[in-house]
Amino acid sequence: MLRLINFLFQYRAFITFLSLEILCAWLWVESSQYQNTKFFNSSNRVAAGIMGTAQGIREYVSLRHTNQELSDENAQLRTLLNRLNEQSEISTRTLDTLVRYEFVSARVINNSVAQFKNFITINRGEDAGLRPGMAVISTAGAIGKVKSVSPHFAVITSILNIDEQVSSVLKRTGNFGTIQWEGTDPRIANLLYVPRHVRPAAGDSVVTSGYNAVFPEGILIGKVKKVSLDKEALFYDIQVELAQDFNSLYYVRIVKSGLKSELDSLEFVTIGERQ
Amino acid sequence: MTRSGILVVVYFIVYLLAQVMLFKQLVLFNTAFCFVYIVFILMLPMETNSTVLMFVAFLLGFSVDIFYDSLGLHALSLVLIAYVRNLWLSTITPQGGYDTGQGPTLAVNGLQWFIVYSLPLVFIHHFTLFFVEAGGFGLFWYTMSKVITSLMFTMTIILFLQYFSFKRRR
Repeated sequence: MLRLINFLFQYRAFITFLSLEILCAWLWVESSQYQNTKFFNSSNRVAAGIMGTAQGIREYVSLRHTNQELSDENAQLRTLLNRLNEQSEISTRTLDTLVRYEFVSARVINNSVAQFKNFITINRGEDAGLRPGMAVISTAGAIGKVKSVSPHFAVITSILNIDEQVSSVLKRTGNFGTIQWEGTDPRIANLLYVPRHVRPAAGDSVVTSGYNAVFPEGILIGKVKKVSLDKEALFYDIQVELAQDFNSLYYVRIVKSGLKSELDSLEFVTIGERQ
Repeated sequence: MTRSGILVVVYFIVYLLAQVMLFKQLVLFNTAFCFVYIVFILMLPMETNSTVLMFVAFLLGFSVDIFYDSLGLHALSLVLIAYVRNLWLSTITPQGGYDTGQGPTLAVNGLQWFIVYSLPLVFIHHFTLFFVEAGGFGLFWYTMSKVITSLMFTMTIILFLQYFSFKRRR
């Protein structure tokens, strides 16, 4: 017994080192999982407060740009509104969309593009009705999914995260694929699993497919930049230029899907029957 | 609490805030990061017990992780260099040993010694950090380029900070 205690005491530094590293590794693996701890991320009040202050200062520099973006969007919406008014009756399709999705606008207070796993922190949280798993879009295109929420802030898994996959579709040909970021260039993502018989071309739009009920259907992700096909590959290598420049992201919108729980429970029942 | 104890707490907070408010935004060419908070661990007094050192490193790394949304990652890398630091310090002891009560700084030990001391530690930190984040050696050369460019960036800032405090002390 004494020898054991002696042994432990002699190697106390190494044992401390080992146990701390195991703890860190466990935390890292655990937090890489999809929805995780509420408190120990940048959505906690202190961290978000500090970063909000820093971001507030930076925002003054980009005010002109943000203004331009907002007024552009305003104009776009106005056109849309006019067009809608011109129609004598609201089509059932529009009504359907209205029930399905509700939008919450939020300000970005923390963002990164150069890491392998990038996250975005925003200034809306549980109080605005946000829940993990909701889709996040901007005026330009798709942004990511809500990862975790605190009472007043939320963390979003950006599309620029090597773990994130988005079900998407080539708009022109109607073929499905998966958007995943490679981890290098923040302007380029890869479109995976497009089979050989399809004929994608540079310039084709890639939009969300709506298969996962997270993103609404038809949200722009980007445009095909480069298509290549190896001789014996099953799928194309397609590079997609993302519609949103993540370097200058200041405002986002969270999509509250009204029917997500309904769809999920329906699918759950179906899966249960299959087993 | 002694005066130096209070100073350590102040440094801790200053390095943490500098890292998350300023240096987090400073990424050059999309690959070069500056993890200036390592300096805090590098600069703690020579006699610091390595167990204490590791716990402090864990605390600092954990705090940085909260802001980077990468729980465990920075803590892991920083605990590693906190463990290696004391071993490395005793390996590279100059002839005649260290002066007691002095920090492992450039001002005390000279530029050459300081680079020999800090460069491998910063490299170990960056190497661990980027490869653990990438989840393996899949993007080996790209990740390596991140390690090297970040190493240069961080070292530049560390040397700059050292010269800055060196002049002030004189």
